[in-house]
Amino acid sequence: MTIPTAAASGAGLAAEAITKRFGPVQALRDVTLHFPPGQVTALMGENGAGKSTLLRILTGDHQPTEGRVLLDGQVLDLNAPTDARRAGIRIIPQEPEIIPHVSVAENVYAGSLPRRAGRRLDRSELRRRITADLERLGFDKVLDPELLGSQLTAAQRQLVEILRALTGDTAPRAIAFDEPTSSLSDHEVDALFALIGRLRDAGIAVIYVSHRMKEIFRLADRIAVLRDGTVAGTVDARTTDEGELVRLMVGRDLSTLFARQHVATDRVVLQVDNLTTDDVHDVSLEVRAGEVVALAGLIGAGRSELALALAGDTPVRSGTIRVDGSVVRLRGPRDAIRCGIGLAPEERKAQALFLQRTIRDNTSLVSLGRLRRWRFVNRGREKALAQDYANRLRVRAPSIEAEVRTLSGGNQQKVVLARWLARKPALLILDEPTRGVDIGAKAEIYQIIADLARAGTAILVISSELPEVLGLADRVLVMQNGRVTGHLDHTQATEEAILALAMADDLTPDLPHETTTAPRTGTDPAPGGTR
Amino acid sequence: MTTALSVDREPGDLGDLGDRPTPAATARTWLARAGGQNLGLIGALALVLTVFGSLNPNYLGWDNIQVIAEAVTISGLLAVVQTVVIICGALDISVGSQAGLASVTSAMVFTATGSNSLLGIGAAIAIGAVIGVLNGAVIIYGRVNATIATLAGLAAYKGIAQLISNGSAQGYVLNDSLFVFLSRGKIAGLPVMVWLLLLAAAAVNVLLKYTDIGRNIFAIGGNDTAARLAGINLNKYLIAVYALSGMVAAAAGVLLTARTGSGQPVSGSEGLELQSITAAALGGCALKGGRGGIGGTLLAVALLGALQNGLTVQGINAFWQNVAQGALLVAAVVIQQRRTGERAVGLPA
Repeated sequence: MTIPTAAASGAGLAAEAITKRFGPVQALRDVTLHFPPGQVTALMGENGAGKSTLLRILTGDHQPTEGRVLLDGQVLDLNAPTDARRAGIRIIPQEPEIIPHVSVAENVYAGSLPRRAGRRLDRSELRRRITADLERLGFDKVLDPELLGSQLTAAQRQLVEILRALTGDTAPRAIAFDEPTSSLSDHEVDALFALIGRLRDAGIAVIYVSHRMKEIFRLADRIAVLRDGTVAGTVDARTTDEGELVRLMVGRDLSTLFARQHVATDRVVLQVDNLTTDDVHDVSLEVRAGEVVALAGLIGAGRSELALALAGDTPVRSGTIRVDGSVVRLRGPRDAIRCGIGLAPEERKAQALFLQRTIRDNTSLVSLGRLRRWRFVNRGREKALAQDYANRLRVRAPSIEAEVRTLSGGNQQKVVLARWLARKPALLILDEPTRGVDIGAKAEIYQIIADLARAGTAILVISSELPEVLGLADRVLVMQNGRVTGHLDHTQATEEAILALAMADDLTPDLPHETTTAPRTGTDPAPGGTR
Repeated sequence: MTTALSVDREPGDLGDLGDRPTPAATARTWLARAGGQNLGLIGALALVLTVFGSLNPNYLGWDNIQVIAEAVTISGLLAVVQTVVIICGALDISVGSQAGLASVTSAMVFTATGSNSLLGIGAAIAIGAVIGVLNGAVIIYGRVNATIATLAGLAAYKGIAQLISNGSAQGYVLNDSLFVFLSRGKIAGLPVMVWLLLLAAAAVNVLLKYTDIGRNIFAIGGNDTAARLAGINLNKYLIAVYALSGMVAAAAGVLLTARTGSGQPVSGSEGLELQSITAAALGGCALKGGRGGIGGTLLAVALLGALQNGLTVQGINAFWQNVAQGALLVAAVVIQQRRTGERAVGLPA
């Protein structure tokens, strides 16, 4: 049920008739939204719907073309992020900005460090202040103020950003969280949500941007949905459901998000025995043609490190990797690609894409060997290849000559997939394939994975989203501290079972050895060695 | 393997949007193809030619045009190869010193082998290749930043050239027909040196634009992690690019020998690194790598040559020309950075 848009007045933070144009592109059109104090307002929408632009305007990073921002009915003049900060509007960015070589305390108060005469850092005052703030906010158990920025986990880095937002000369009035859980594990999410609950109870207007339905229903009081730069609707979280939100976001129904089928064959494409690298210990696993195997676990469990080792990017200390039955030695990604292993890595912008180059260039890169005669790339065949895969994966762009940086997250991910699909790998490793991808593109990516499996590709998916793991995988391997702590087939896999294995106490170092070696008896496709 | 994937299209998919471009979009596409940067360069070149041409009618004469063309060949060759190095995301500031060392080597080997010009030229090019591989190895295996490594090279190779030559010009080569041909020969009315520059530029252009090697060079400069994970052997490419840089710099050194008649350890090659980087930056190479082209670089070389010649013809102090060159390099980079829209906070990325 849609509530009529609240008038942009009264207490709290409000956007009033905001329009934002970037050259010819209209990012926001007449957006009026109200974020009342003491409530969590979730902001949803597909990538490119305007969420980030709206956040930037509310926090003074961008200035609106038309319209204004109000706090408690007072018009704010936001020319820079510092103006918003002074007014009490704070943001926890998606990627925390952490200075690596200084302590947590200095990171938190960077820019306003306590100092003594002669501009010397007042270390005792700094320690007193951080201790007080950590205690006040209940972080004293989880964050050591003496740690260096580079030593922090993803969750701790986020805590530093939260501390920055909650400290300062003026009291916070409104805090925006921009997809705060995308790099957090489930138990870290719980702690974050408890904190957000406390902020709400303290009368702060909380803005929560996320793609994750479950979180939003747990947390939000109201849900505002943006679509194509306009407000598609504002709904009450207690009376709405997932279906209505999806309809608001994409303007259509998504009947089934997952299209799992069981088409695994007996042909073992990848067999790993006792693989050990610097970060991965004694891992054994196998993936069959047509099988989707998911690697679950907390952040830092060693899943991405395992993926990089299988892609030939990190050296193997001991153990063997077999592809289609023969032992392979991977001295670099080039060897892995030759063996038919493709990796769509975790950080698509940093590790996979050439943002300044075209969709065509990005798609053809690992297939150039097939597209060239002598060393000359056949432009016609290259175009045909890129166009073919762009059509199959429904990449939304003006043309294949569009630069990849102009695409939305979901379409960028499709370009990464197109690159590997064009190469036709025997094994495709997908590390967080739907991170930062809107829900429409997500469903399409799941369909692509299902289609690939049906065509006989072996697929290894790493995902931190448990519904995704459960919806996609024929089999789930759970990792913890660089070891595989359990195998679950799809009948055994539940969120509880996966979490139990992911967080199992690592007190018995002998035990993992027993459970990592999956029984490979006969051709049973579902080794059931759980603990 | 992927035939099961859907091939039908929906409205809004790729291809449909491209079918109905607005006139403005068509104009933008056309401009983008011509290259906004290149149009700017052509405009600047036209302006320089008009200004100096109106100040001195001889400036636009065929004779002076040839003088300009010949004067830019050596720096032009270095600019062409610098373009490749910069697209790769690196920098080679030792090219001038390499050219000087190659110039001395060519003349000394020529003299020592009883006027064998082929051996002299071959030795110079070989030295260039060795130095290039050395630069690449220091950068890759010593983990030395490319700018610092080649800055060290700038000093060291100049020193070697001065050591082996005792700091003075070596030999006399213009009694050899090949060197004479290189310095004074003409093919179809154009000096041989200019042909060599055009040939090298055309070859590098084909390499960058039409081969998978070129694609991989752009990929390395654009995102080296992604390039590595896509199976590109970064070390091989970087060493090869530095070797190419060394050999082309050596060829420029040989031309220097031919032009001046003797091996020059320093004079004539000093400062060429600045000119080559300025030309590449003016020509639209992103100094972060991953973007650029030979067309723009050649236009920038022509612009710089025309400017320098015009200032000389007008009798303007050569010291001012240095100032102009430094200012142009900064201006080129500032324009580049403005376009990326990077915010002016802290050190540039």
